[in-house]
Amino acid sequence: MTPIPARITDWFTAKGWSIHPHQQDMFDRAQDPATLLIAPTGGGKTMAGFLPTLAELADRPRDGLHTIYVSPLKALAADIRRNLRGPADEIGLPIRIEDRTGDTSATQKKRQRVDPPHILLTTPESLALLTSYEDAPRMFTGVQRIIVDEIHALAESKRGDQLMLALARLQSLCPDLRRVGLSATVEDPAAIARFLARHPDPCQIIQADPGPDPDIRMLETQEMPPWSGGGAAYSIPTVLKQIKQHKTTLIFHNTRAQAEIFFHNLWLANDDALPIGIHHGSLDRQQRERVEAAMVRGDLRAIVCTGSLDLGIDWGDVDLVIQIGAPKNVKRLVQRIGRANHRYNAPSKALLVPANRFEVVECVAALEAAKAHDLDGEPRGPGPRDVLCQHILIAAAAGPFQADALFAEMTAAGPYARLTRAEFDACLTFCATGGYALRAYDRWQRLQQRPDGQWQLRDPRAAQRIRMNLGTIQDTDTLKVRLKRNRGGKPLGEVEEAFAASLTPGDTFLIGGQIVRYEGLREMVVEVSRRADRKPKIATFSGTKFATSTQLSDRILRMFAQPDWPQLPSHTAEWLALQRDMSRLPHRDRLLIESFPNDGREHLCVYGFAGRNAQQTLGLLLTKRMEETGLAPLGFVATDYATLIWGLDAVTDPRPLFQPDALRDGLEIWLAGNAVMKRTFRASATIAGLIERNTGGQRKSGRQATFSSDILYDTLLKYDPEHLLMQITREEAMRGLVDFGRIEDMLARIGDRIDLIRLDRVSPLAAPLFLEVGKIPVKGAAEERLLAEESERLLRAAGLAAS
Amino acid sequence: MNKVTFSFADQTLFALASGALWWPDKCLLCVSDLHLGKSERLARRGGPTLPPYDSQDTLTRLAADIARTGAETVICLGDSFDDLDASVAIGAAEKQNIITLQAGRRWIWIEGNHDPGPIDLGGAHLSEYMLGPLTFRHIAQHGARAEVSGHFHPKARLRAGNRSITRPAFLVDDTRLILPAYGTYTGGLHSSAPALNGLMGERALAILTGPQPQIIPMPR
Repeated sequence: MTPIPARITDWFTAKGWSIHPHQQDMFDRAQDPATLLIAPTGGGKTMAGFLPTLAELADRPRDGLHTIYVSPLKALAADIRRNLRGPADEIGLPIRIEDRTGDTSATQKKRQRVDPPHILLTTPESLALLTSYEDAPRMFTGVQRIIVDEIHALAESKRGDQLMLALARLQSLCPDLRRVGLSATVEDPAAIARFLARHPDPCQIIQADPGPDPDIRMLETQEMPPWSGGGAAYSIPTVLKQIKQHKTTLIFHNTRAQAEIFFHNLWLANDDALPIGIHHGSLDRQQRERVEAAMVRGDLRAIVCTGSLDLGIDWGDVDLVIQIGAPKNVKRLVQRIGRANHRYNAPSKALLVPANRFEVVECVAALEAAKAHDLDGEPRGPGPRDVLCQHILIAAAAGPFQADALFAEMTAAGPYARLTRAEFDACLTFCATGGYALRAYDRWQRLQQRPDGQWQLRDPRAAQRIRMNLGTIQDTDTLKVRLKRNRGGKPLGEVEEAFAASLTPGDTFLIGGQIVRYEGLREMVVEVSRRADRKPKIATFSGTKFATSTQLSDRILRMFAQPDWPQLPSHTAEWLALQRDMSRLPHRDRLLIESFPNDGREHLCVYGFAGRNAQQTLGLLLTKRMEETGLAPLGFVATDYATLIWGLDAVTDPRPLFQPDALRDGLEIWLAGNAVMKRTFRASATIAGLIERNTGGQRKSGRQATFSSDILYDTLLKYDPEHLLMQITREEAMRGLVDFGRIEDMLARIGDRIDLIRLDRVSPLAAPLFLEVGKIPVKGAAEERLLAEESERLLRAAGLAAS
Repeated sequence: MNKVTFSFADQTLFALASGALWWPDKCLLCVSDLHLGKSERLARRGGPTLPPYDSQDTLTRLAADIARTGAETVICLGDSFDDLDASVAIGAAEKQNIITLQAGRRWIWIEGNHDPGPIDLGGAHLSEYMLGPLTFRHIAQHGARAEVSGHFHPKARLRAGNRSITRPAFLVDDTRLILPAYGTYTGGLHSSAPALNGLMGERALAILTGPQPQIIPMPR
């Protein structure tokens, strides 16, 4: 084992720093094929990752690429470049450190391929793109190390799967490549280690001292949280007080829409004009960069934000994190709290603000879980095949390949270690011919097999198209929002196309904390004017609503089993006691169903505690079953813990509704025509290369030549339902938005222990559900009826009569 | 049969749920913009290999409309093929389907911008066709009267309740009728787009296709 070179230890000493034990550990293990470091933010994690690189370059100066650093954020790559430059110069290492992201200029990118720097800082997409060039072997000659930062975040997404496939390719080019992963605290480090390492290489896990436990509490407010909603407007005065008492506060929200509303309300109450900014993924890049810069300068006292600030950029002196709304997931809460106070060894400080009465229970449960270090997470399952298809195309763009060699390479990637040859072959066939039951493209195959058995692109120009459509990030169809009549129009951000379609001139909505008035749509840009005099409609953003994790739901159910609740504020404890008195509290091993009349309609409330997505699916399946049995359901609404269904007739025997087989059959039929499936299909078809986002011309939209991907889905469903992409779509939907797995788990857990309680009025626990937004009318006949009514009204209003 | 009945140039016409036009007096069925062979053409040009079932699907729906109406004359109003090569390249099964559909009835191919020349299939090939008061052509002409055309793939959007519903649509005013695209792989142009908004008169109506066709003032 070689010691750390004296030049480097001297530099540490000169700075008055000592080398942390985990930094030394990482250095000692520098020759291992793979190492995973778990360390809190501010623990010198980046230095731990780069120390072996600096040492090797100090001992043996050389040309060419030595280390590649990959992070999920472009900004992080730039940040690390700046933070690494100083030490390298001070230690006296004449090395080149450059970043390469979507923001890098074309000239710079070209030069990097010819003459790469010693250290290249990049993103998963840019790295995958580099491996798609024919000259990739030359550029990557001699690469020694790859550092994957924020690997816990990447491991949860297809971006991570893409990165691991790119690493597999890189490893084929540079057999000596050593891998390092840097991660925040996670529930299952071994899973991340398997994800990172070349299969079946071992991967040592190094745990840094996690530092003292964070100081997390509930925010104590004068006012009681409301019965429903996610705005937490009641907490504004207390939150403002907290901002004043701290240097810099990060205020996290679960959704962009909630962040917008909260920011708007905060601003209205901000009598001292404290500098407060807003930051989320739908805001214009310039706007976000301005807020980030102000933050780094220390000009802001608070930032209202969403997950877009979750990752590890150093924002300076944050001394308080406030989480608005129940965190849904303990691990995310702990990681967010880690954003405060980057001084190692000082506890981070955080406050939880429940947005409604039920979330009080959820926040207390999350708090107890965080204190017990009981983190949650769902195993992710094997790597998705749509990403695999994209990488087969990327491999083809780089040059001809042998199927056997590519299969061996791809199964060395952690997420694809269990990929079967049959699955791989199906993906290869899809890439080559489309893989349809009807063999229509023999003449126009995308990939062709040469006489020597190698696969190659039929049309070499296709390589460019593949590169242009590389990546797994789905931009849902969003439209830019600009101020009208302002020369050039100041960009404000983006809204979903579906939301824009629902606007009529004069409607108002919130974006970037301002109320704007919709003026019209011009060349696929939403034009707005400033307007501060009306209550806004709310912009709907694509930010996913996370479902409450299984572990957190279990904790809540365990809490319900307590005889009383000393840990809860009295208003909430009294509410639960009233529920127990009037009906029952839900129990983990039973399914509580309440039936009661309200406002002339019959209601059924099903407390499944399966998370928002699964409860929504349950609502769709149950109403379908009820329609079949003549119970005339009219609609339903779902939250993380319950589904409330209303209709004309009371349910007297719920058991037949909950037959697992019948629900599963219903799922198959319902899934077929479902919007969730179509959305999932579009994402997977885009990743797998069937739908091209970029065709070199302008974006697809509003042109009669392009047609909706829904048509492709409908066509496959009708003529080729077992097609690879339909299989992928079903898999994705089952574990994603449909979340049927959690319904199955619940059904297995409760068995036949279903308690139907008939009440003469709404129960305390069901009451908040009546205030929930997002009520879903039972579909089918409903839409045609709406259409007929509205058509008639319009015709009458226009004085036109249909013959 | 789900349809909307309307009057145009003193003729009673039916807008069918499928997007086809039925003229009962002449026992005539008219469909526009079939774009047969679209998936094949995209693949041929190096694009993605889309599910190759579009031509089959379009023809199956057309066969159903012909069977339901018992049409004696069928007019395909242009862009019947995605390009002239597609008219050659569509599969043998699709060609056979077309021949079967043509048997025992009059069949007129109107030229479109995608298929401007004669094609190697039976039926009359015309640039436009007049019958009674009506003129059938692919692209609407300025100043035309009693004109039935296609080309634009019109669609219309309606807000009902909290949702926005978009459907392919017939557009009709005093002088012209524009058919929605009938082909499976076709998109649409909103009736509010300048090209359509400028073309249609003030009192234009839109007929939304779908399970239960609906007539509304044309959304601008």
